Amino acid sequence: MNQDIHIPTSQSPQAEKVWEVLKQVTDPEIPVLTVTDMGIIRKVDVHDGMVEVTITPTYSGCPAMDMISVNIRLALIEAGYREIRIHTVLDPAWTTDWMTEEGKQKLRAYGIAPPAETTARSRKLLFDDVVDVECPRCQSHNTRLLSQFGSTACKALYQCNDCKEPFDYFKCH
Amino acid sequence: MSAHTSNQALIDYTLHLADSSLIMAQRSSEWCGHGPVLEQDIAITNISLDLLGQARHFYQYAAGLINQSADHTLKPATEDSLAYLRDERAFKNLLLTELPKGDWAQTILKHFFFSVYQSLLYTRLQTVPDKDLAAIAAKSLKEVAYHVKWSSEWVIRLGDGTAESHQRMLTAIEELWPYTGEMFRAADYETGMVDPSTLHAGWLKEVQDVFAEATLPMSSESVYMHVGGKTGLHTENLGYMLAELQYLQRAYPGAEW
Repeated sequence: MNQDIHIPTSQSPQAEKVWEVLKQVTDPEIPVLTVTDMGIIRKVDVHDGMVEVTITPTYSGCPAMDMISVNIRLALIEAGYREIRIHTVLDPAWTTDWMTEEGKQKLRAYGIAPPAETTARSRKLLFDDVVDVECPRCQSHNTRLLSQFGSTACKALYQCNDCKEPFDYFKCH
Repeated sequence: MSAHTSNQALIDYTLHLADSSLIMAQRSSEWCGHGPVLEQDIAITNISLDLLGQARHFYQYAAGLINQSADHTLKPATEDSLAYLRDERAFKNLLLTELPKGDWAQTILKHFFFSVYQSLLYTRLQTVPDKDLAAIAAKSLKEVAYHVKWSSEWVIRLGDGTAESHQRMLTAIEELWPYTGEMFRAADYETGMVDPSTLHAGWLKEVQDVFAEATLPMSSESVYMHVGGKTGLHTENLGYMLAELQYLQRAYPGAEW
């Protein structure tokens, strides 16, 4: 895939400043993650005093998306911007491959296992999940999937077979 | 085909996709707080939410198309007006999606039939020239993959489970099979989109594979198949559901909270 689709690069110093503001906007469901950690900011454009931010939803029905859009607007207003446009694009579809390394570390520290390396795997396998998920509490790899669906659309429920603790896994998507 | 009729066909087709997802979501959400165990209560409500999100994307696209057309009875349209303010006869969802949720076996089987169909349909839809429909399909497909896996596992768990769960699956097959044919019979507005009849063989194959593992028998292809949902002719179940779904916006137009 095209590299600049993966990591949006800011072209101008003005866009760079907006990017810094966006780094402070957190996900309402997982407050340790910022919108830039999640990889949902696809483009930042500043021209004629207008800021245009293009975002992409994680899951189609994620109820946090409307809130995220509002929070981005508020953060930009607070930073002194007045003309703000927020666009939503679906293509290319969001993937956890866009999550930053820093974001993955924050998730782990928060007690949520971060998505495994890559999304390139088969989901057809029944009664099994081929990903190797590390327990965020005791670092054991002896873990099992309890349910593909967790407390939010982006998470699955796992349990550690060693320390016995159930935990959330931010699933590969 | 004139520009007007082809635009109307695209609107109808988009509404058909939106309506099937919305009605499936609404019906499944009835399990919220009533799932057999907590994890499955969470699973089915997550799936409902995915489907609702997909419906919203289709409705948003349809609303844009309607508002761009010169004169349209649904104008001005929003995603909300399309979901809350259309009557039963205007809905184009598959009959399968509006059937009562029944027991867990019926809900599982319905999700299995529907998500296998959706995964085949969206796989094709993501390559159509219409960029918006293709993008929604590609996005949705990633979520539907989870639904297929989840429902397939449950069909096997129940079919190859206890005598009771096996019996309930047999009853569910008898109940739902006659509503599967509609998925593969094209309505007029599907011309030029994905021809649903071309999805039938793939769908049968996948159902057959999972049924074999679940020790469940395939139903006969020659049973009478109910149709009508795609063109607004529904079972009595839809009206009751819409009455509940639309009540607030009908009684208090524009209410927000």
